[in-house]
Amino acid sequence: MPLSRADVIHIAELARLELTDEEVARYQEQLSAVLEYFAKLQGVNTEGIPPTASVLPPRTVLREDEPRPGLSREELLANAPDVADNQFRVPPVFGES
Amino acid sequence: MLTAKEALRLLHRGEVSSRELTQEVLKQIERTEPAVHAFLTVVAEQALAEAEQADKHLAQARRDGDEIPPLLGLPVAVKDVLITKGIRTTAGSRILENFVPPFDATSVRRVKEAGAVIVGKTNTDEFAMGSSTENSAFGVTHNPWDLERVPGGSSGGSAAAVAARMVPVALGTDTGGSVRQPAAFCGVTGLKTTYGRISRYGLIAYGSSLDTVGVLSQDAADAALFLNIMAGRDPLDATSVDAPIPPAELRARDDLRGLKIGVPREYFGGGIQPEVESAVRAALEVFADMGAEITEISLPHTEYAVPVYYLIAPAEASANLARFDGIRYGPRVPADSMWDVFRRTRGRLFGAEVKRRIMLGTYALSAGYYDAYYGKAQKVRTLIKRDFETAFEKVDLIAAPVAPSTAFRIGEHTNDPLAMYLEDVFTLPANLAGVPGVSFPVGFDRLGLPIGMQLMGAHFQEHLILEVVHTYQQATDWHRHQPDPLGDDEE
Repeated sequence: MPLSRADVIHIAELARLELTDEEVARYQEQLSAVLEYFAKLQGVNTEGIPPTASVLPPRTVLREDEPRPGLSREELLANAPDVADNQFRVPPVFGES
Repeated sequence: MLTAKEALRLLHRGEVSSRELTQEVLKQIERTEPAVHAFLTVVAEQALAEAEQADKHLAQARRDGDEIPPLLGLPVAVKDVLITKGIRTTAGSRILENFVPPFDATSVRRVKEAGAVIVGKTNTDEFAMGSSTENSAFGVTHNPWDLERVPGGSSGGSAAAVAARMVPVALGTDTGGSVRQPAAFCGVTGLKTTYGRISRYGLIAYGSSLDTVGVLSQDAADAALFLNIMAGRDPLDATSVDAPIPPAELRARDDLRGLKIGVPREYFGGGIQPEVESAVRAALEVFADMGAEITEISLPHTEYAVPVYYLIAPAEASANLARFDGIRYGPRVPADSMWDVFRRTRGRLFGAEVKRRIMLGTYALSAGYYDAYYGKAQKVRTLIKRDFETAFEKVDLIAAPVAPSTAFRIGEHTNDPLAMYLEDVFTLPANLAGVPGVSFPVGFDRLGLPIGMQLMGAHFQEHLILEVVHTYQQATDWHRHQPDPLGDDEE
């Protein structure tokens, strides 16, 4: 099933990716070709077949709930592009988007 | 360049110092790097300082008769998707261009605790998404056997660094073939471990149900050594498994009597380069001559591996890469609102293939398409996994080509993503089933490009596979051939 231009713009919005018009056109063509090839999966009979989310046998992993040292604030902020008052600084969350 | 085991023997005897060895490695990198570009970061001064520390430690251990840590003083390289404390780690992406991690990946930590000296970080397709290193934001790596060709990927920098004998061993990661395929293209040995065998903590996540840490080395013996050090349960990765750790030493067998090797018919025929098939068949003859029983088997769902993988891995990637948003690390592309910061930073700093896969995965998970794509792919994944389980009831190992052809030319597939994905058809199934595999050199095509073959085993059978490859490498010398990227050996 080929993707429309609107589909591509919608997916990019869900994925929070700003795309140029040229990228939208290219991804529309390339992703349509990929999905067309992938349609061959629809021909596989999977009735009664459970999905595999992990190849390992399911098990519960527990640990003691003990406090232990983590990274310092300084280490955590060291790679941030914008820091103020020992915190990550971000542009307005509410308002125009 | 010595193998890791040879170098360690000399180090332990005091016949070479870690400083000398590290200097030799750095010299070889300096000479070869302009032509090959296997590295994104080289930490020469730090490595020399650590080598000097290792030499002191060695001298003291020898004097006091203390046990010597198994990798003490050995220079190694690390793929740039494994994070390294204090050493820039980019994942081949502009979105992490200046990222200096505050901690080590568990695999890296274990190698460091065993005494290894990290000399640098190797090139990779961005976030390990690719089969050629052409998707690195920092330039392609050139195949040391032919500089016009790709080294494979995504661990192409690690494979090229080992092939060009810049380092004895390099760490890699394999999500869909990213250790085995570059090993094949570069004529080195590549170990892809069982899912859960080595902690993924600190491996910058791509496809979390598929990602594995692996080793690129000159031979199986070195791979076994590193597997022994990195394997094992890690409380920081809940999917890591508490299975017995395979021994560091391999025993070359006198013969392979009693070993059953299955050859899946789906991996031969249509589209495979004839020289690749004949080299793999010739290696199978060697195994047969040693007494192994070679039988044809079927892995009937092989043809679905490409669509299954390229739905599941991008779906997982679309979630994993949501954390790269210009807030906590990496550069930020400024905008008036936070939402536009996300969109612009991600839109402009992710490369074309990463965006393609995020889009594909987002679509496969989106409302109305989940069942048809992601859900369906997970069910067919079960069928692929069962193919392997059925096969391993009859045979001990499965033998197959690693890639349909030898190394392709830089630029040959860049405009056709589907064609690039189809190149991965022989490596993807092992990741979907979680089984281990080893790629090793078995010949050359008429252009002189290396040909690789893989042996796959049931979960946690790395030691068996490596022992069989080691036995093959005692009887043949394909793995000893070296490229001449600078043309020094001619005339």
